[in-house]
Amino acid sequence: MKLTVWTYEGPPHVGAMRVATGMKGLHYVLHAPQGDTYADLLFTMIERRDHRPPVTYTTFQARDLGADTAGLFKSACQDAYDRFKPEAIIVGASCTAELIQDDPGGLAETMGLDIPVIALELPSYQRKENFGADETFFQIVKALAKQMPKTERVSCNIIGPTALGFRHRDDVQEITNLLYELGIEVNVTAPMGSTPTDIAKMGQAHFNVLLYPETGEAAARHCEKTFNQPYTKTIPIGAGATWEFIEEIRTLSGSTNKIDDDRLRQTWWSRSVDSTYLTGKRVFIFGDGTHVKAAARVARDEMGFEVVGLGCYNREFARDVRALGREYGVEALITDDYLLVEKTIEELQPEMILGTQMERHIGKRLGIPCAVISAPVHVQDFPARYSPQMGFEGANVLFDTWIHPLVMGLEEHLLHMFRDDFEFNDEAGPSHHGGHAPKAANSPAPATPAQEVPAGDNIIWLSDAERELKKIPFFVRGKARRNTESYAVERGINQITLDTLYEAKAHFAR
Amino acid sequence: MTGHITPPVTGGCRSAPVLKQRGQREVFCGLTGIIWLHRKMQDAFFLVVGSRTCAHLLQSAAGVMIFAEPRFGTAILEESDLAGLNDAHAELDREVAALLSRRPDIRQLFLVGSCPSEVIKLDLSRAAERLTQAYAPKVRVLEYSGSGIETTFTQGEDACLAAMVPVLPKTEARNLVVVGALPDVVEDQMLSLLDGLGIENVQVLPARTIDADVAVGPNTVFALTQPFLGDTHAALERHGARHLAAPFPLGEEGTTAWLAAIAAEFGVSNERFATATEAPRRRARQAVAQAAEQLDGKSVFFFPDSQLEIPLARFLTRECGMTALEVGSPYIHDALHGPDLDLLPAGPQISEGQDVDLQLDRCRAARPDLTVCGLGLANPLEAEGLSTKWAIELVFTPVHFYEQAGDLASLFARPLRRKSILNREGIAAE
Repeated sequence: MKLTVWTYEGPPHVGAMRVATGMKGLHYVLHAPQGDTYADLLFTMIERRDHRPPVTYTTFQARDLGADTAGLFKSACQDAYDRFKPEAIIVGASCTAELIQDDPGGLAETMGLDIPVIALELPSYQRKENFGADETFFQIVKALAKQMPKTERVSCNIIGPTALGFRHRDDVQEITNLLYELGIEVNVTAPMGSTPTDIAKMGQAHFNVLLYPETGEAAARHCEKTFNQPYTKTIPIGAGATWEFIEEIRTLSGSTNKIDDDRLRQTWWSRSVDSTYLTGKRVFIFGDGTHVKAAARVARDEMGFEVVGLGCYNREFARDVRALGREYGVEALITDDYLLVEKTIEELQPEMILGTQMERHIGKRLGIPCAVISAPVHVQDFPARYSPQMGFEGANVLFDTWIHPLVMGLEEHLLHMFRDDFEFNDEAGPSHHGGHAPKAANSPAPATPAQEVPAGDNIIWLSDAERELKKIPFFVRGKARRNTESYAVERGINQITLDTLYEAKAHFAR
Repeated sequence: MTGHITPPVTGGCRSAPVLKQRGQREVFCGLTGIIWLHRKMQDAFFLVVGSRTCAHLLQSAAGVMIFAEPRFGTAILEESDLAGLNDAHAELDREVAALLSRRPDIRQLFLVGSCPSEVIKLDLSRAAERLTQAYAPKVRVLEYSGSGIETTFTQGEDACLAAMVPVLPKTEARNLVVVGALPDVVEDQMLSLLDGLGIENVQVLPARTIDADVAVGPNTVFALTQPFLGDTHAALERHGARHLAAPFPLGEEGTTAWLAAIAAEFGVSNERFATATEAPRRRARQAVAQAAEQLDGKSVFFFPDSQLEIPLARFLTRECGMTALEVGSPYIHDALHGPDLDLLPAGPQISEGQDVDLQLDRCRAARPDLTVCGLGLANPLEAEGLSTKWAIELVFTPVHFYEQAGDLASLFARPLRRKSILNREGIAAE
């Protein structure tokens, strides 16, 4: 048993729903109690879908448990078949139905439907949403994709995008365009946008482009083995990764088409002098493994940030992300415990968070700016405008969205210079964000008792040092406090004076 | 009595045939009630013993995550708990100990049963007893079921309040207990109305903290402010209290009839009733009339959701000039819903329970001007050109009593107004 406040991932059947809802002509019959239908609103509200997810729930109640839940499943399955006339059906159980062991797969098989019926075994008490999506798509491909001759022209499949994915809609468009420029046709994009008939044709492609390992890797591996289709390993998020991705595609396809990179503004934007202030900004990165790996590279190599911590919530990527942590000289945090992430951020005091909607909330509480880079998603992660994360336009989008939460360069200097201006001070927050009314003028400076403030490790801040610390703008105050304390600890100093503060500043100056 | 409301001349709906179908029910489970109950009871924590799905539901039903650390959480059952490798009770004790040491402000802990905890027959009443002994007198531990196999949406609040009734202090005193979680501002308005009628010794359930003096006994009468409190109604009657049946205090008429039932019980004079209610009644009528312009002559179709459907249909038809085509409710309870059904003009199909696909067929055929439904159905129906009002907003928004009557009408009018504005701007409805 484990106490959870907020979760990064839903249960595995929600992952299966993401696959089914992304597809067309597929129906999911889910053995589940009344109440599990809440999952529909993830798609109709968060993603603003204009159709109900193609899911029929058996919605059994307590009185059915003593009676015939298996019969209920069969009638729900038959009704779904009659009403929706799908090309294929997937069947499975949610957490509660797993306990009553009705075996939806076996039951559906006995019904003799004239369409493929694919049974899902998704262990609800061990695995989570991403696994559910990955496994479901794998089972669908395994059941439906057939051996076929390769297309005459070089083609590929795009694998991994699902309903409710973080910017999947726009990533797919960006990468499809990029492949077109390289002279490569997209055979099937799946699961999102495909039908079971399309899945059957996946074997025609020469190779696969795996955009989201979290939800497509099992299928990509299966296709590699079964259809002799190699798959791409680079995730084209960021300018550098996009170029590397293009090289990988050239190797797989033999394409020599020239790529027009006029649209890629991020590299110049980042080199222009206005961006100098971004240098060495301390960032903490958290999300799904794939987006974290990509974001770390962009943060360090393309934005000039310092990565002070990183981690992921999906254990499937623990090994990759730990290795990434070693490369960046930090210890990776692998956890789905929101409170632990919050504690880590509090300790690290980064100047910025690149995280999920959870970290955005943590940032709000701690007063640290945050840009969202990964699922779990929120209605705001489905913008009306085109806003990919991948490809050249994706690199531009990353630049814009990552710097938006920050105080701008010159503004930062002014805040340092005029700390106590009653309208323009650090507590007011970045001036390009609304809702920051100036705080009441001159709250009387506490000319008060030298109250000594204890810090960690038995270090005490003397009052003059504490007062000086408070003059430092909020967005660097945490760093100054932390640096000073670690400086003191290293030297066995247990009382921080004004001198200690400035010696530490000199020591850490870069 | 001045508060007397005339039933429709063509007869009400109390004896109308009820359509009962059995199929997919597109509803929340009772855990959802935690979203508002944990804000209402400020010293309470709700610990769901369940699965990742339960945690995900709470997070998603809240729509946006609540900024502060919420006073609810889920103890997620894992494989080892199910396989009997762990003693689930020992695990639960450990989680509760950790929780209470981290949150010393908690005085009431609710262990909330879920579908999986009930299917594996984890006995939470035993756990609640054991934990109460361990943490008394500082913390009181109660349990109830919010599972989907036992409860539908608002029934979670019912189960929670029903669980509180047996531990209420006994009293021989004459008192009025008003039952149902209301936003604080509405609760204060209600108390001041009752004060205006000269009624003394009024308490509310749930109270804002454990220290409130709610007591129940043979001289207690109680009034319900929410139509989904069937089990709490039964529990209070078992403890000797008597129910004052009335329409629910939604809209001007509903509020007047609800107050009138209490006034009659306490022998309040007609003059006093008129004095106390005249001004707010006038304000409510005025506010409703303004919002109702958009609703007058329009048709409405209710999918079953919160059990508020029958009183709301009564309000929309009688005070806003709408025609109800179908009024679906997850459950219909004559002792609670009867007075509202009496007033609801005959005509609409009354339905209980749901087969969502068949009901969607009826809705599409009826083409109502406004459809009241859950979040899973709203956008798809909008995309088909139907205007919708999400039902969950009705339980999250202050809508009861006189001063909110106009807001209640506006909630229904807004989707229609929006559609007319957007269409005027020439944006295709397709």
